[in-house]
Amino acid sequence: MDLSFSEEQRLLGDAANRFVAGRYSFEARRAFLQSPEGFSRDIWREFAELGWLGLGIPEEFGGLGGGAVETGLVMEALGRGLVVEPYLATAIVAPYLILALGSPAQKSELLPQIVGGQLLLALAQAEPQSRFALNDVTTIATRTATGWTISGRKQLVLGGPWADRLLVVARIDGERRDRGGIGVFVVPAQSPGMTATDYPTLDGARASNVVFDAVALPPEALLGDNREALPAIEAAADAAIVAMSSEAVGCMQVLLDTTVAYTKTRIQFGKPLADNQVLKHRMAAMAVKIEEARASALHAILAADADPVTRSRAASSAKVKVGRAGRFVAEQAVQLHGGMGVTEELNVGFYFKRLMAIETIFGSTDFHLQRHVELSRAVNAA
Amino acid sequence: MDLSFSSEELAFRDEVRDFIAKNLSEDARRGTRLSPSAIPEKPVFGSWYTALGKRGWVAPYWPVEHGGAGWSPAQRYIFESECSRAGAPRLLPFGIHMVGPVIIKFGSQQQKDFYLPRILSGEDYWCQGYSEPGSGSDLASLKTRAVRDGDHYVVNGTKIWTTHAHFADRIFALVRTSDTPKRQEGISFLLIDMKSPGISTRPILTIGGDHEVNQVFFDDVRVPVENRIGEENKGWTYAKYLLEFERGAGFRATGLRRQMKELRELIAQHAGGIVDADASIASRMSEIEIDIDAIEMIELKLLSDVQAGRNPGPISSVLKLRGTEISQAITRLGVDVIGYDALVWEPRRPLYGLNEPPVLPEIELAVLPAHLDTRAATIYGGTSEIQHEVIAKQMLGL
Repeated sequence: MDLSFSEEQRLLGDAANRFVAGRYSFEARRAFLQSPEGFSRDIWREFAELGWLGLGIPEEFGGLGGGAVETGLVMEALGRGLVVEPYLATAIVAPYLILALGSPAQKSELLPQIVGGQLLLALAQAEPQSRFALNDVTTIATRTATGWTISGRKQLVLGGPWADRLLVVARIDGERRDRGGIGVFVVPAQSPGMTATDYPTLDGARASNVVFDAVALPPEALLGDNREALPAIEAAADAAIVAMSSEAVGCMQVLLDTTVAYTKTRIQFGKPLADNQVLKHRMAAMAVKIEEARASALHAILAADADPVTRSRAASSAKVKVGRAGRFVAEQAVQLHGGMGVTEELNVGFYFKRLMAIETIFGSTDFHLQRHVELSRAVNAA
Repeated sequence: MDLSFSSEELAFRDEVRDFIAKNLSEDARRGTRLSPSAIPEKPVFGSWYTALGKRGWVAPYWPVEHGGAGWSPAQRYIFESECSRAGAPRLLPFGIHMVGPVIIKFGSQQQKDFYLPRILSGEDYWCQGYSEPGSGSDLASLKTRAVRDGDHYVVNGTKIWTTHAHFADRIFALVRTSDTPKRQEGISFLLIDMKSPGISTRPILTIGGDHEVNQVFFDDVRVPVENRIGEENKGWTYAKYLLEFERGAGFRATGLRRQMKELRELIAQHAGGIVDADASIASRMSEIEIDIDAIEMIELKLLSDVQAGRNPGPISSVLKLRGTEISQAITRLGVDVIGYDALVWEPRRPLYGLNEPPVLPEIELAVLPAHLDTRAATIYGGTSEIQHEVIAKQMLGL
């Protein structure tokens, strides 16, 4: 057992925080969001130069070969800066699926392009009826003489408008909620038969709803010719949850620091707000929630390579803990900033909205509490 | 960073398991389960304490030269988890975790030589003389007075909430030795023999029906000056050092996991399948497990930081605050699980030594008293409100 960061990890965390502080100010971010594309390709290039797009990708494909600890350090920094670039989709979820499912040829083709920043990817998984259930898939992939055709509807494809290719989860075999018979397809954006509706998301990013109408694909579009992809999709979702937990901790820490600083300087009734015990204790409660969330995220990080039940249970644990903590910290930060807290003139509300998004992406707090109950039943029965 | 155990650590775990198998009696386990209050009584922990003493594991966290085991953080965690899992009694904290570390850090050589071995052997059973009827959270307002008379202090006053004073051989007490305007600078730290003439105790029954705490009266009690820790009027420094140990020492998560294990056994035996039948109980169990995972991670990280020479800081307040709240949530769930049986009042004590069979099945006997007694957990050792003050001041600079 060893719970200390290595020197390299410490340097990575420092570098990530420095980068965000220097390159991703509130004003810079606002400009990125208001640009036509809605994100910064310069920032993306710099991520590639820093090696962060290959953080979790093995060295043989040009990556740094890091693990969940390294990813967590970078994500916490990205959380501090409310970075909207599609790091989660392209540098965490997509490589995870490609590494878990892809053929050697697919890995060699796709992974180096991710590392180099040339290839942006997005996951098309959720469907209008699926809510958070990863096994609820009605988009159908049919084998044809020349390859595959895909038909169905996907919603909330995060980073969809920016993606060069989509990773589309589709059913090859079985009924709507069957765990078997699911595959992941690599689909070029704007393939004939695809209709995308692009929209902004509450946290400043962009997403698409996509209709697939008999979209024709070559045989090698299916990742690894794998028709039992659900376990890998679940693992990728867990990895995303764990990464977002660190991001949320970064968001919460900024909110607490900002709130403490504000209440120390804002004078009412002839004294700083922070002199009031009711506010002091509220901020102490925020700090406690953040410490717990940080610990819960670390717990999930360290379970990232464990057996699926342990890994998923830890990820759901973190989702619940971080979801509740994020809510509390964000709501109190807004409350303690008073009227200014509900305006777009302060960054507080933007952190609030990102924390709301994190709470929902890959499953709500209630969903994960229920998942934890079910996984615990398995653990306690063993 | 890695949570898994090395082969050496796994070998140590086997060693601990083997020790527990050979030395933890069924009586000690049963007595522990049937001890609703924070700390079991001597008949429950006696044989376990003696066995640990012989092995050198009573106070493993003390410096090796004073009888500590020199364990790594992983070994500490393994030892505590295994003891909790096996249902071993919690050891009295007053000697091992409180006055022991103070004597080691601030005591004279003579005091170390005399007191420390007696703690390790179990010969001396200590209690804590901090709170007074007029001094709870505002500890520095304490009034129990020690007046110098030759080579003795003459102590007059009263202490309250004194856990196990009715069993204790010695008490460590904060006493006022000066009336300086800054109240903290007029306090001294004395080690007092409970058999001294002039000491009397009054039992205080708590709402769980247990006699755990007392009021202790000092009426012209003569205490040798050599029983003072460190310097006169510097007692507050030593007292604060002790409080940090009280809040931060030990492992809350392993104890909480034991509580959860007992709760699962209760559920299994009481109404087989109640968790399946009642979705809200299953959800509350998961919420608590999730809380414990976080607390455990904070503790492990803290241990690792301390090992690396970093100051743990006010995180011990976070652990005290949340650990006690989680413990309360578990005991409250226990009460909800047994339903109507939570209205059955068992007035007899000790629960592990009843002469006539109780109304309730044995597995339920301690559920209600434990719930009621645990209400004290967010009050003693610095209330939750004081912990918020500490966190606001030390973590946030407020």
